[in-house]
Amino acid sequence: MAEIQEKIAKLFPQATFEQGDVLRICIPDAQWHDLASALRHDPDLNYDYMITIAGMDWRTSLGCVYFLQSTTRGNDVISVKVETTDRENPMLHSVADLWAVATLYEREVYDFFGIIFINNPDMRRLFLNIDWVGYPLRKDYDQDPALNPITTESERQSDFTQTWVEGPDGKVEKKEVRIFQPEEFVVNIGPQHPSTHGVLRFRTAVDGEIIKKIDVYMGYIHRGVEKLCEDLTYQQTLHYMDRLDYFSAHNYHHGLCRLIERAAGIQITRRAEVIRVMMDELSRIASHCLFMGTFCMDLGATSMLFYTLRVREMILDIMEKTCGARMTFNYDCIGGVMQDLAPDFQKDVKALLAVIPANIKEYNKVFVGNVIAKERMVGVGYLSKEDAIDYAVTGPSGRASGWSCDIRKIRPYSIYPELDFEEVLMAEGDAMARFKVRLREIEESAKILAQLVDNIPEGEYCVKVPKMLKLPVGHWWEMVEGCRGVFGLYLESDGTAKPYRLKIAPPCLPLAGVVDHITEGMKIADLITIGGSLDYIIPDMDR
Amino acid sequence: MEVTTKSMPYDAWKDNEYIENLVKELQESGTNVIVGSFDKLINWGRSNSIWPLTFATSCCGIEFVSLGAARFDMARFGWEVARSSPRQADFMMVAGTIVNRMVPVFRRLYDQLAEPKYVIACGSCAISGGPFNKSYHVAKGIEDIVPVDVFVPGCPPRPEAMIYGIMQLSRKIKVERFFGGVNRQQKQEDFLKSHPVQDVDQG
Repeated sequence: MAEIQEKIAKLFPQATFEQGDVLRICIPDAQWHDLASALRHDPDLNYDYMITIAGMDWRTSLGCVYFLQSTTRGNDVISVKVETTDRENPMLHSVADLWAVATLYEREVYDFFGIIFINNPDMRRLFLNIDWVGYPLRKDYDQDPALNPITTESERQSDFTQTWVEGPDGKVEKKEVRIFQPEEFVVNIGPQHPSTHGVLRFRTAVDGEIIKKIDVYMGYIHRGVEKLCEDLTYQQTLHYMDRLDYFSAHNYHHGLCRLIERAAGIQITRRAEVIRVMMDELSRIASHCLFMGTFCMDLGATSMLFYTLRVREMILDIMEKTCGARMTFNYDCIGGVMQDLAPDFQKDVKALLAVIPANIKEYNKVFVGNVIAKERMVGVGYLSKEDAIDYAVTGPSGRASGWSCDIRKIRPYSIYPELDFEEVLMAEGDAMARFKVRLREIEESAKILAQLVDNIPEGEYCVKVPKMLKLPVGHWWEMVEGCRGVFGLYLESDGTAKPYRLKIAPPCLPLAGVVDHITEGMKIADLITIGGSLDYIIPDMDR
Repeated sequence: MEVTTKSMPYDAWKDNEYIENLVKELQESGTNVIVGSFDKLINWGRSNSIWPLTFATSCCGIEFVSLGAARFDMARFGWEVARSSPRQADFMMVAGTIVNRMVPVFRRLYDQLAEPKYVIACGSCAISGGPFNKSYHVAKGIEDIVPVDVFVPGCPPRPEAMIYGIMQLSRKIKVERFFGGVNRQQKQEDFLKSHPVQDVDQG
């Protein structure tokens, strides 16, 4: 870390540094694009994966914290802070030309904070209506429902997007740009469509059967979780993690608990760690099972759903006995887990492990070797490794393109370093690879469970934590592996019992962002295959 | 009159008082022998094959998927024909949060359902906004948008609760009156008149 700081300090004397759990570079906006360019392209730095952009309102100023990771140099993470004191007309320079995923992230920041990114080609609102009044995540946002009433009137649609372009003389000019050309034939898919896996909408320009361009339209389940968290105590914020990606409920809880525990200096027992990891892996199996079921159903193989849900129901039974619910468990809590394991937990997990190999064999037999399945999946929706990194496609979808992005391996947390399991990687990058990666990940998760099931140590399942938890002033960053990819969390505390800002970086937002890139030139029926194979969860991307 | 459905013992229902009051209200003006028999026949048919619309926005939708799979198997009751088009469906299981942007779409879906149509508000989000009640972008319950027939509480409700909810709907359909009298269809029209869709010319 020290040599990187030295190098950047040499290149950019204006930059200041803050030490934290990740190194933070503070840079004025004028130098930001140059710094970003160096971070991206300098072979000694090479921060090629943008994890997220956290928009911030520091009351006196607005700004962003960028989180970057290098995939070639030991996966270290740095953050860059850029701010502007202009609250009326805040502007920062865009880095959309350096990281493809930044286009989407900057739109999100614009939507929430009203920060305009100069040179971003698509500066529209992302989740809220075009006519929405105010920027909800600003601290002075007026929540009066009269300003933004709930109405049955169809929202205003526009074929134009806006962009702010900086001329050579440094003058910024606003321009209107067409999303679709007048002669293009645009088909609307969603938000009510059985194969979009929830309420996602694609505006699809087609030429006959061939897709020319897709405009992804989100926000049909945007619930404002980040704003809600700012009004709750730390313990209370946890339960929203269940409702983002409801399949990764345990993993997301794990992430936020780890973050808060680290910030508060709470040490949890080994028993709690083991229980958490076991629950994470059980969730992963259950999630991948449901993925296979719904994905095959999208392709027309309805019976596969019944085969895969059989295993999922077994896992839900195990969880129900311990956590008391089939979904939205609210199980991991600050200091450990909510309650101890059910008496027959070990027995049930062993019974599950005993049936998994036979089930996987069956899935392979029923579906994977099927001629129709091969025709529809092999070679469909190719995503190269470079593009996966550029578009920040993590999780099984990224690993199917050969990108080693499993946080459990590259930045191991909890007890993962001690466990023996493989990171499943494939090079094909098509829908079939994304399917097979998940199938093999079930085996790997089962391997982890087999190692732990007889080695659950005795001890406290939860340590004592004050009811009113206050964190010191500061900021923290945490990443865990959800079922669909990297789940990042950024917390800023002002010393009170409530978070000043909790930024949730979900894996599914970039997954939806890459759809346009993958589907270009494909047939419209392949859109369903590709969308299904990426396996995005809409409430997770919308939050 | 003991109204029940799907061989469920009458005493097993939790809210018989409600259905008795409903029946009393419906029969206040008496029942015509011939028309009443037609009602019974139609209701018997309708209450045994109610087809849901595949509509899910969040977590509750996954429990709805479980409901369709082998373990809970709603095919036992004749509800398994989940339609993706609202024009072919009988009722809408509103599984999940309805947010501001979704409201016009949701209302249009409801308007596209063919008559007779029913709505089940499934889960606390659909009932009141649930854990997101204080959010800037969430509708506080769907009751202000469409008329609701059955509420199923839970976050998310278990598949068993959903089965119970749809059974309640089936029971309500059983006592409906399609010919004459104050029936729910009329109430529905009143509701729709007082909650018009704003961009449709009412004239």
